[in-house]
Amino acid sequence: MAALLEVKDLKVQFSTLEGVVHAVNGVSFSVDEGKTLGIVGESGCGKSVTMLSVMRLIPEPPGRIVAGEVLFKNRNLFKLDKPAIQNLRGAEIAMVFQDPMTSLNPVLTIGQQISEALMVHEGMTKPGAVGRTLELLDLVGIPQAKERYNDFPHQFSGGMRQRVMIAMGLSCNPSILIADEPTTALDVTIQAQIVELTKKIQSHLGMSIIWITGDLGIVAEIADRVIVMYAGYIVEEADVYSIFENPVHPYTLSLQRSLPRVDSKRYERLSIIQGSPPDCIHLPRGCPFGPRCEYAIERCLQENPVLDAVGEGHRAACWVDARKRRAR
Amino acid sequence: MSADDILVTVQGLKKYFPITRGILIRREVGAVKAVDDVSFDIRRGETLGLVGESGCGKTTTGRTILQLHRPTAGSIIYDNVDLTKLKREALRHMRSRMQMIFQDPYASLNPRWTIARIIAEPLRVHKVMEGEAARKERVKELLELVKLDPYHLNRYPHEFSGGQRQRIGVARALASNPDFIVCDEPISALDVSIQAQVVNLLEDLQDRFNLTYLFIAHDLSMVRHICKRVAVMYLGVVVELSTRDEVYDHPLHPYTVALLSAVPIPDPRKTRARQRIILEGDVPSPSNPPPGCRFHRRCPIAKPICAEANPEWREVQAGHWVACHEVK
Repeated sequence: MAALLEVKDLKVQFSTLEGVVHAVNGVSFSVDEGKTLGIVGESGCGKSVTMLSVMRLIPEPPGRIVAGEVLFKNRNLFKLDKPAIQNLRGAEIAMVFQDPMTSLNPVLTIGQQISEALMVHEGMTKPGAVGRTLELLDLVGIPQAKERYNDFPHQFSGGMRQRVMIAMGLSCNPSILIADEPTTALDVTIQAQIVELTKKIQSHLGMSIIWITGDLGIVAEIADRVIVMYAGYIVEEADVYSIFENPVHPYTLSLQRSLPRVDSKRYERLSIIQGSPPDCIHLPRGCPFGPRCEYAIERCLQENPVLDAVGEGHRAACWVDARKRRAR
Repeated sequence: MSADDILVTVQGLKKYFPITRGILIRREVGAVKAVDDVSFDIRRGETLGLVGESGCGKTTTGRTILQLHRPTAGSIIYDNVDLTKLKREALRHMRSRMQMIFQDPYASLNPRWTIARIIAEPLRVHKVMEGEAARKERVKELLELVKLDPYHLNRYPHEFSGGQRQRIGVARALASNPDFIVCDEPISALDVSIQAQVVNLLEDLQDRFNLTYLFIAHDLSMVRHICKRVAVMYLGVVVELSTRDEVYDHPLHPYTVALLSAVPIPDPRKTRARQRIILEGDVPSPSNPPPGCRFHRRCPIAKPICAEANPEWREVQAGHWVACHEVK
């Protein structure tokens, strides 16, 4: 299967008063057509910055894409000029943001906001765009779409707003939908609605999805492939079953072990990861996870491991195999 | 169970917030029924979980128990004393025995105060300890209890990470030697790898000081891990209460069943194989709750009676309470 989007050796830095923040440090991955890629990691691990860079939405300065290329349908996005990128954004690559409260314009009706994209990107006339908007609102399960068309964002609940965001994202039939923690601000029952909705729409329209989240549970549910990020590096990448059943990187393993399970009666003490993630201004020498890692050997503190194949379609950046507790 | 084992009895608790209109002449035009007739016990030394979606009244319940809100009706018996009848001085005296840990470790610490002053504040307010030097010693001791270096004493909150700030909040709650702590979503603002650290700390402190916790959370997996018994709230009422294994493995109320099925399980095979119940729509407004059972409009098994009569809160098996017409 052809890769729809390919990111190669992406490096992104931010200049701040305290120093240079190494937000993304050489990240490579690809997304296949019609598949879902889950990107997991804690706050500050660079998962959002990676995707914002792909969309060229990083404010420059202070941000700077230092190296790398992004190939979308074999075109290098970093070589495109501003109008060309703008034509792509929303039309071919759409994004749904985390906070549906702040990412909708409060003084425009939701109908206006969705139809705007249609008129800009698809060159639709107003009546055409209105008709399509109503279809979209229907698709994402907003009841009485006709009446709600002229409502403002504050008249919607959080879950409904996120549906509006998804309708907006889908408006121009994008090939890729990037969802940046779209359910983090929502309750579990609403989260389940949104996840089911997204899966249904994907099977309908066949777009690829990149789902960024801090929640391993969601990834287990929705992703085909998974990338685990830590301190701006990809530490492990595999298909969803291998990530959960056969994790190689100690960080992936420890994250899973520190999670209690709703379906489990095992109430022993939670295993913890000591310390906290490094700040990306002063990354440790060697492996970024080394200082917190229970399997660390001498080499881990000296040399940063490269992301290397450990199995069929399975890559990990670690000198130690956490499964066998010995050096690879 | 003898009465001695019960620390807190909540009896018919109601908390309505008035909705007013007009600026000069304020009139009451309605009420938000945040908590509407809730009764349960909290046993000495246990952790009782209070779960539900946002807006269901769980935080208001916690705050009303501590008399941070005065209840509209009902009583809170704390160690044989009815807190709702206490006047200012007597209540202040009782308050040193019950404390609170807040959700947002960024908003709940005064940014202009040093850590030493923040943690010593309850000691001064409750006159637990007189004299600057004695208080300083106690603060050091408290910092060690929550595994922070006493060397941080004179630093300010902004110099700490989220997890460290939450530990400061815990130290402050412990300062006056309470028996009872309301933990209001103490880990939901923290990253996954930090959550387990704080949860383990809370468990250690409970063992050491025989603390009783009311643990308010929406993360159902963590609640199962930390709580011995769990109460499920929906729109201002408790709909089910039992031991954790009963609630999670044999839920009786249809809302509990739906809520649990919405929680993602970090296991791709299991989570994809299970049958989910997706609730339609959103939680109704607490200012105008549906008549009869408050859940009937979203309930998959609702019968005509559910729209008419409010289901009785009853004990269907030993220690398993539920409010539903359809549970025999």
